[in-house]
Amino acid sequence: MSVTKDDVRKVARLSRIAVSEQHVEELVGELNGILSWIDQLNEVDIDGVEPMTSVVETTLPMREDIVTDGDIQDQVLANAPRTEDGFFVVPKAVE
Amino acid sequence: MSARTPYVIKGETGDWELVMGLEVHAQVSSNAKLFSGASTAFGADPNCNVSLVDAAMPGMLPVINKYCVEQAIRTGLGLKAQINTYSRFDRKNYFYPDLPQGYQISQFAHPIVGEGEIEVDVEPAHGGDAYAFPCRIERLHLEQDAGKSIHDMDPSSTYVDLNRSGVALMEIVSMPDIRTPAEAAAYVKKLRAIVIALGTCDGDMEKGNLRADVNVSVCRPGQYEKFRETGDFSHLGTRCELKNMNSFRFIQQAIEYEARRQIEILEDGGSIDQETRLFDPVKVETRSMRSKEDAHDYRYFPDPDLLPLEVEQAWIEEIRATLPELPDEKRARFETDYGLSRYDAGVLSADAEKASFFEDVAKGRDPKLAANWVTQELFGYLNKQDIELADSPVSASSLGGLIELIANDTISGKIAKDVFARMIEGEGEASDIVEMHGLKQVTDTGAIEKIVDDIMAANPDQVAQIKEKPKTMGWFVGQVMKASGGKANPKAVNDILKAKLGL
Repeated sequence: MSVTKDDVRKVARLSRIAVSEQHVEELVGELNGILSWIDQLNEVDIDGVEPMTSVVETTLPMREDIVTDGDIQDQVLANAPRTEDGFFVVPKAVE
Repeated sequence: MSARTPYVIKGETGDWELVMGLEVHAQVSSNAKLFSGASTAFGADPNCNVSLVDAAMPGMLPVINKYCVEQAIRTGLGLKAQINTYSRFDRKNYFYPDLPQGYQISQFAHPIVGEGEIEVDVEPAHGGDAYAFPCRIERLHLEQDAGKSIHDMDPSSTYVDLNRSGVALMEIVSMPDIRTPAEAAAYVKKLRAIVIALGTCDGDMEKGNLRADVNVSVCRPGQYEKFRETGDFSHLGTRCELKNMNSFRFIQQAIEYEARRQIEILEDGGSIDQETRLFDPVKVETRSMRSKEDAHDYRYFPDPDLLPLEVEQAWIEEIRATLPELPDEKRARFETDYGLSRYDAGVLSADAEKASFFEDVAKGRDPKLAANWVTQELFGYLNKQDIELADSPVSASSLGGLIELIANDTISGKIAKDVFARMIEGEGEASDIVEMHGLKQVTDTGAIEKIVDDIMAANPDQVAQIKEKPKTMGWFVGQVMKASGGKANPKAVNDILKAKLGL
């Protein structure tokens, strides 16, 4: 598997990261290096092995349906660059 | 119950048919959010029902709400669907200001509920006959709701409230089994009735607690049947997704507009772009939502913050044992216990409030008579006046009292309608109204015989002609009823007239 310049531009756009044209070229090299390293894993025979999504031998812990949190508007908004009347205010984002 | 007939749209180049599949988002009724302990209550001040988990602060970890899982299982059981003892949460990645995590926690590859099926009752809008069809459910999965963006508070800014962020949603996906705009609305109505009966979602569409996305495509007659035989989607047209509709009327209008739009493009030799479209209820049209070239590239992957969701079969059985009577079961019971038609049983069982009102009226009385009076007279009146059943001027026990008077021949059905009108006006109980206005039916044969004799004596010509013209009988009945002020028992009048006229 190898990535192209177009792949890098697409991933950058999906991640909302601005990448200069010159940087794209570098990233193609870096990403391909990482991917070829990962490719080595393909040498392992995993026929009949269930995909593992966790290394923990426990089940999903659950909480009861009780309100235990919230009412911390000041903390929630503390890092926001702009707020008004309890709302986050961000640049216009409408279709 | 009549058969399902194809819904055909005439185009310039021939006939077209519709194919639809729906995705319904139903907010889970719970106190706390899916992965945090913040409240789900509606109408709080902005960003007050928000924990640091919902705001996606670094280092925060989700912990699942057990009750939300139970609600999803309960809904799955109500949809007669497969409950998966193993399911898993995935991240659906996209950027939007009201999604602080940058991804929605959802279930992609392994939903908690698999295939099911519901029976949908359709009442076509344009006066066609009612019918039912089975709609297959593809899956139901749990996911987080996003926050709310408000665009009209400032010309250059968007205001974001995260109160809804992280509230549990059930996304219920149907198979492409829906073929008309009325069927789409009827399907949502049925789902809504089921989740309300189960208590898993309040079904409040105005608040957006239940909303539908409709995938619409058009095809030529015969293509859909090929698709059903083979499962091959290439027999169907390219679909467009109409987003986020929260009224039955909008759903139908949007589909009707969208079908026309697609047919026009295809007949002009164009092709349909698979895209997401928004319905504008003011202009009654759909428009493209965004250039979605990347939008469907959600790069799903298993959420590393959450272990797989494994549920015990015993727990599923425990939930199954607590299921209430569902609308379909209620309908079946109304058909067998009360001898109602499928249509009446369907109307009366569709929502719990109507059903219990009917059962109160029918208790110990003639159930068919009760069903007729509840659906025709009472619901007819309430619909026309736009009054909720809860505010009905006539209570179940009062209506029951009226029905008793009809059943024991105290009043005729015709007089009963006048009495009912007076009950609506607030004149009191049926028996008092009948007493006060002397509306009691005359069943005393002596009195009726006297009227008949008088009329026969006054109209010798008609009496003479009755043998040649038996239809004159109707005229006699009319005269007798008129002379009695409408109070004579119609059956007694008929019997006495026949005897006296020698028919």
